[in-house]
Amino acid sequence: MSASEAAAIGRSAAPAAQLSGPPRARARGGDGAAAGRARRLGLRFAALGYLLALLGAPVGMIFYRTFEHGLAPVWDAVTQPNAVHAFWLSVELVAIVVPLNTVFGIGIALLIERGRFRGRALLGLLLDLPFAISPVVVGLSLVLVYGRTGWFGDWLTAHGIQVIFSIPGMVLATAFVSLPFVARETVPVLHELGTDAEQAAATLGASAWQTFRRVTLPAIRWGVVYGVVLTTARALGEFGAVSIVSGRLEGQTQTLPLYVQDRFENFDTTGAYAAAVVLALLAFATLLTMNLLAKRTHRDTVV
Amino acid sequence: MSTGPASQALGRSAGRRWLPAGGRLRGRAGIVLGSGLLGIYLSVLVLLPISALLASAASGGTSSFWRAISSPEAVAAMKLTLVVSAIVVAINVVFGTLIAWVLVRDEFPGKGIVNALIDLPFALPTIVAGVVLLALYGKGGPTGIDITFTRAAVGLALLFVTLPFVVRSVQPVLIELDGSMEEAASSLGAGSWTVFRRIVLPNLTPAILSGAALSFARALGEFGSVVLISGNLPFKTEVGAVYIFNQVENDNVAAAASVSVVLLACALVVLATMTWLSRRGSRHVL
Repeated sequence: MSASEAAAIGRSAAPAAQLSGPPRARARGGDGAAAGRARRLGLRFAALGYLLALLGAPVGMIFYRTFEHGLAPVWDAVTQPNAVHAFWLSVELVAIVVPLNTVFGIGIALLIERGRFRGRALLGLLLDLPFAISPVVVGLSLVLVYGRTGWFGDWLTAHGIQVIFSIPGMVLATAFVSLPFVARETVPVLHELGTDAEQAAATLGASAWQTFRRVTLPAIRWGVVYGVVLTTARALGEFGAVSIVSGRLEGQTQTLPLYVQDRFENFDTTGAYAAAVVLALLAFATLLTMNLLAKRTHRDTVV
Repeated sequence: MSTGPASQALGRSAGRRWLPAGGRLRGRAGIVLGSGLLGIYLSVLVLLPISALLASAASGGTSSFWRAISSPEAVAAMKLTLVVSAIVVAINVVFGTLIAWVLVRDEFPGKGIVNALIDLPFALPTIVAGVVLLALYGKGGPTGIDITFTRAAVGLALLFVTLPFVVRSVQPVLIELDGSMEEAASSLGAGSWTVFRRIVLPNLTPAILSGAALSFARALGEFGSVVLISGNLPFKTEVGAVYIFNQVENDNVAAAASVSVVLLACALVVLATMTWLSRRGSRHVL
């Protein structure tokens, strides 16, 4: 009996087992209706319970603890000069890194999907690397190249350029960990797109840049935008790599995540929670944007 | 798509027509320049640092590499990391699949919000994840549970940050899954669990493996969420990434690099294996 024949039989038997609930759950011919509903509820509560214990309750607790004594202490903590500096430093890093990784990410995607050279597998590996590598290892590897005793250490010192323990190092660290997202989101879109339109543009007289700007880019823009949102979230939240390369000097090279740790280690839980709440709110904004965009790009996954 | 004889001819004539003219040549120069810039960017950012890492790990020769990775504290840290990551991945496989199932097959008010919140660990900075978990499960938390300075804390932090991987990997497969096979099986008398085990699960396995590999790689290198809640007690709750961090702070860069290379190799091997397994498994998907 082929699968389709069996399916036909299954479908004709299904009406006898109609239950409330989503269509696919109705054809539970083997067990009773009540057992089906109990099972569905059981699964639902197991899943939701797990999510509540792991995600919901802790996040709720943080908001509760932060605003427990009212808005004033929170506002106080958030407007501390070091906190404000940390916030703007984080924003500055994002403002530098995201455009860089967007431009180069699109470039990488174009090379992977439209290029004809042998190193494409290596490019693919480079895109997967930030997912396999620990942020601490990222920081270490950057120090090994650009630190005082690193490969370029002498040259950099001689020219008075400081990379590690300074903004440029933090830019590198943040860029490394947030590198793959735009490329990974753009590659499948480019793949689906195909080269027909681009070839047509070429025959009509468009240069490579014109083809890119007027044919390719508009077609991939939602993939790019989604990738930009992911890159921003990752860049904003980076902790381990920046922790190593920045030296965590407060008021100078402390990003907002580093500031959270600093406050926590100094037993200033109000300050830590307040900064954490700011970051959490930014994360929620990211989630919202991601979900709105997911509908545009017909995706409901992240990775 | 774009490989038929007509479009190939189109492409060929386009190339021929444009090479002598000015436009395409300018375009080509731009492409070469762009690729060069990209190469520099990737070298400065990724290739050089990774090379330096490998060089540093190898700098003292095999004996010093071996000494670095077999130091008792390093071994303890790596063992803890591998074991806890494996347990976390196992839990994620079960609960991740369960959550994906409920999100795809079930309907309840607020499902959209729950679905969106799955990505929260991905959007939230890791240090905030640690603080958040501490608020509820640390000292002074309302439940009375205090897991600070325990291995359970490490596990909890890793569970938090790796939550989305299996769920997001399985969801699209579940959505695409044709329900008629399940209907057929249950019309033939199979109970729900049998239907799941023998019809649905084999189709989900590649996605589950893929999500599990990503979870494992992430868990192996996790730093920010663990660093506060575990207390980083050597030989007890110090994970690999924290050990590496401490070595860097103490200027033992070669030792740090050696352990880093081991950790990175583990992650890459797992990723490669699972990708291979998942691609093999996909061939059997109906």
